Amino acid sequence: MKQSVTVSKSEELKVAGAIKLLLSKITFKLPKFDGKGLVRKVLIPLASIVLFIVLWHFGAKALFNVEADYKIQKALTEQGQAAADQMEACILSGDISCQPNTLPSPAQVWASFNTLIADHKVISADKLAFKEKTAVINEKRIAEGKDPITYTGRPSFVDQIFTSLKTVFAGFVLAFLIAVPIGIIIGLSKTLRNSFNWLIQIFKPVSPVVWLLLVFMIVKTMTKDSNSDSAFIISFISVGLCAMWATLVNTAMGVSSVDKDYINVAKVLKLGPFQKVFKVILPSSLPLIFTGLRITLSVAWMVLIAIELLAQSPGLGSFVWEEFQNGANDSNSKIIVAMFVIGIIGFLLDRIMLIIQNAVSFNKNAMA
Amino acid sequence: MAYLELKNIHKTYGEGNNQTEVLTDINLKIEEGEFVAIVGFTGSGKTTLVNLINGLLKPTEGEVLFKGEPVVDTSHERGVIFQNYSLLPWLSVGQNVAMAVREAFPKSSKKEIKERVDEYVKMVNLFPAINKRPKELSGGMRQRVAVARALAMNPEMIIMDEPLGALDALTRGNLQDEILKIWSKEKRTALLITNDVDEGIYMADRIIPLRPGPNATLGPEFKINLERPRDKTELNDNPEYKKTRNAIIEYLMGIGEERKSASKKTYELPDLSPKSYVA
Repeated sequence: MKQSVTVSKSEELKVAGAIKLLLSKITFKLPKFDGKGLVRKVLIPLASIVLFIVLWHFGAKALFNVEADYKIQKALTEQGQAAADQMEACILSGDISCQPNTLPSPAQVWASFNTLIADHKVISADKLAFKEKTAVINEKRIAEGKDPITYTGRPSFVDQIFTSLKTVFAGFVLAFLIAVPIGIIIGLSKTLRNSFNWLIQIFKPVSPVVWLLLVFMIVKTMTKDSNSDSAFIISFISVGLCAMWATLVNTAMGVSSVDKDYINVAKVLKLGPFQKVFKVILPSSLPLIFTGLRITLSVAWMVLIAIELLAQSPGLGSFVWEEFQNGANDSNSKIIVAMFVIGIIGFLLDRIMLIIQNAVSFNKNAMA
Repeated sequence: MAYLELKNIHKTYGEGNNQTEVLTDINLKIEEGEFVAIVGFTGSGKTTLVNLINGLLKPTEGEVLFKGEPVVDTSHERGVIFQNYSLLPWLSVGQNVAMAVREAFPKSSKKEIKERVDEYVKMVNLFPAINKRPKELSGGMRQRVAVARALAMNPEMIIMDEPLGALDALTRGNLQDEILKIWSKEKRTALLITNDVDEGIYMADRIIPLRPGPNATLGPEFKINLERPRDKTELNDNPEYKKTRNAIIEYLMGIGEERKSASKKTYELPDLSPKSYVA
């Protein structure tokens, strides 16, 4: 590269050389820049996303055509040629009254996404206005010892995301509080491990739906005379119970499989039982505990949708179910938007857990 | 009364048909202030023997007496340096040592603990690395941390289980000198388990070979009558050194041969000779 710059005398090459020099300065500022890495890490993933969208677009189009043909054919056999022509014209015009109900195209999904955002803005504005309007009255009510008036309009898509996050977080904390202590106790004693193993093995594969029903039976009775939000309680407890098994098993395994050398050190230093657990056993099983917690969080997020859907608790799950029941023209594309949002949030939650895991455990090369 | 005494020790692992006796009829007496080395092949049960003495294992038969009292558990009086360093990887060098100091001196203040930690880390020349994790250290440095940890507890006896086995020859030599320096300064009793005869002769007052297991037992002891401090380079020309070294190696080689020939079956070969077609 340098040779071509020094040897050449023509103007073009000089310009090229200047550009190259500029590029080399830029690369000097970004020490990790390398062409192959750029291709592998950025261009190929981008290309795969584009390919995915293209495939989706044509797939959706094909499905659309099948559905449209079927509709026209039906009109033809039932009502004759005139109705069929009318139907075809109607479909081509894009009129919502006669659109075939099938997999939405990427463009439709994007449009729905924008609709949902716009809807959120409208509802937020509405909420704010409500708050301002009721501010004076609420102050009075609080002074009189009454409950303030709260906004009872429908939640926006973004509100539902936050409700879901709240539920999943509560469920995760519950799973953490149950599974980690029990896992440590079970891991420490072989007898306990053997006696509880069957219980874990039986309950681990139980479906989220069954957990929900079980929790429903108990919570329904317990919250009978309080007017607390039992749907939220039911859904977060069910999420916690479904998701805690990975942490329980991993904690027990981590605690029971501490390197024998470390145990010997603890014995030779004559650490007390408390110190042995907190200074030797727990730190050395942290990587496994965190792997368990990561699995727990992703399972929690996964089952959350199903549980919200059944528990009638507000959130992304009920959003999906309501849209499906709604059957409006853009319901299908809203469901796909929710699907992507669920996936992206799940991915982000996993990344956050990985960062925390790397920060607290000595094992710096945890699997990504 | 001996300082440490092993009386007719037997140690078996497993049960029923899978039972193997690793150590058979071990008898050993160590006096206070003595430096004893046990030399043996790998797999001869050296680590089992060490764990019996430091209290991590209990003998199947026989007794381990420390200052006349039977050993039932580990004790701060007997410091152990493990073969594979056994440092806690999530703690820094200073924290690893501090953990031991805190256990050995529960009554001392934070400042006293810190001073003691610093002192022993300095003693093994690791003060610049006091805040590093074991992962960032070389094998020799890790072993020095293990030495500091064991000594900072101020044990009356130091038990070393092949402490230098995994190190290169140069680091090994340096650490041998450091351990000897500390031993002679504080005059503690020391037991060194090793597979290196030269290391044993250089460091110990007495060498006892461990015959290979299963059914390992101690061989006859070899006294090392060399003046201290010993000089490694001069040692090579010392006739006493040569004599002892040759005797021990001959003994160990003898065992090796015995072991081979014991397992060798002799087959009777048929007496064949080529047939002659020439009339």
